[in-house]
Amino acid sequence: MKEYIYMEENQEKEAPKEETKKELTPWDRVQIARAGDRPTALDYIGLIFRSFMELHGDRVYGDDAAVIGGLARINHRNVTVIGQQKGRTTKENIKRNFGMPSPEGYRKALRLMKQAEKFNRPIICFVDTPGAFCGLEAEERGQGEAIARNLFEMSSLTVPILSIVIGEGGSGGALALAVGNEVWMLENSMYSVLSPEGFASILWKDGKRASEAAGIMKCTAADLKELGIIEKVIQEEEPVSVANIDTVASQMKKGIIEFLNSYDGKSGEEIARERYERFRNF
Amino acid sequence: MLKDMFKKTYTRTSEKRAKQGKRAVKIDQEEPQVPEGLFQKCPSCGDTIYTEDMAENNYICPHCRNYFRIRPRTRISMILDEGTFEEWDKGLESNDPLDFPGYKKKLAHLKQVTNLEEAVITGKGAINGLPVVIAVMGTDFMMGSMGEVVGEKITRAVERATANKLPIVIFTCSGGARMQEGMVSLMQMAKTSAALKKHDEAGLLYITVLTDPTTGGVTASFAMLGDVILAEPKALIGFAGPRVIQQTIGQKLPEGFQTAEFLLEHGFVDKIVERKNMKYVLYSLIRSC
Repeated sequence: MKEYIYMEENQEKEAPKEETKKELTPWDRVQIARAGDRPTALDYIGLIFRSFMELHGDRVYGDDAAVIGGLARINHRNVTVIGQQKGRTTKENIKRNFGMPSPEGYRKALRLMKQAEKFNRPIICFVDTPGAFCGLEAEERGQGEAIARNLFEMSSLTVPILSIVIGEGGSGGALALAVGNEVWMLENSMYSVLSPEGFASILWKDGKRASEAAGIMKCTAADLKELGIIEKVIQEEEPVSVANIDTVASQMKKGIIEFLNSYDGKSGEEIARERYERFRNF
Repeated sequence: MLKDMFKKTYTRTSEKRAKQGKRAVKIDQEEPQVPEGLFQKCPSCGDTIYTEDMAENNYICPHCRNYFRIRPRTRISMILDEGTFEEWDKGLESNDPLDFPGYKKKLAHLKQVTNLEEAVITGKGAINGLPVVIAVMGTDFMMGSMGEVVGEKITRAVERATANKLPIVIFTCSGGARMQEGMVSLMQMAKTSAALKKHDEAGLLYITVLTDPTTGGVTASFAMLGDVILAEPKALIGFAGPRVIQQTIGQKLPEGFQTAEFLLEHGFVDKIVERKNMKYVLYSLIRSC
């Protein structure tokens, strides 16, 4: 209960701040969301959860390093944590394919989510991807099928799912980890049907008009909150970076604990039904 | 009086002359005078085909066996028993969630020229007497892209199929999520998939028929979720479009990449079915489930 009050106070305090920060354009935020020093899923996981144990592989083909997942504890609770993982160095980015998952990544995520359901563990997903990988191999191994399967199966899982967009939420590749009971976004993250570059090149045949596209496509956290696509915006006093991640991480942690508490006593059926209705209303 | 007559004659003549002049120019411009719509050109082999022959030939080029894209109502008439189709959920309108410049105008224009309300038609009918819910997409309407109306119509059709314990068949062809509706379009992927999950849990049959082209957000949602997935020969099917992949990998794509045959080979399609056999194959599947 105490934590709940804390959150309320926090939100009230932050409301006026948003007004003073209006000078950031959507395109500015897109660039902040993509910045190289922006904290990644593993940065948050390390600060928010205890004893994270990573598990690997999709049991079909391989292990995709662009998606990480495993067991963790938070506030004496077992949870399953899954995230899209970008690298910080070029070498790590190559290993993690710049956070662009292959079908194996989605299948690993689904395997871990099914496991979470079996052992009644809530699921926390960190979304941060430019999009699902658009390569030859990805197509051969069924990128579309892998994403579709996640949407299909996630819709009826009987444990609560919380998805938090921490950087880029690129299209279907992001949605495949964002069929949550709630979806939150960091203030300077983005979530869009396509990258602003792609949007501009499809609609105006000119990829250079990306900044204009970002303005029109309502891809910022504030816009999507207003459209009712997401439930909550986590404020960033300064654009979050590795140096000042603590404030955002502790705010996120309080929010996650509150989210998990709110599902105590709810039946699996109820949890799945609420999620269904969330998406049914779009 | 005399003066008036004189004047009138003069005017008439000049008008006639002007008309004749125009006609003469027109003839010069478009030389071989063929009444519009008598012939069609095959986009694959370039051969000309009598429009009259097209329907008889199931809209397949007799020379190169290329499958023409067909309109939703034509498809319905090829699949359902005559007179059994009952259309559902007509008249849904997009809310234009992005206030996208010119989008509403474009929708209104397309409604007029395509004689379709949106990129999908849904309803109920019978295949050789077996009742079935059907959804058919069409590329004429904004490349069959999925916005909130398409997502809503498909979701409602699936929900009604679940409530009435009926199988559902969806013919897909789509460029993916509709850009002009932004994130609301993306959410339709989750919405349709969730409705299909309930249909699945009720033990009911869902068949997808992938037709040219099925890509993007439609591939990554309901297109790939059938209990049985059929495809038309040579249909382009993929998540990312060929151009995007080519840009990503920086080299030419192999021959036949992302065709129905390619997906069959890689295990993502159950069966490739020729147009003339489609009704019977659907009937056989529904009968045995």
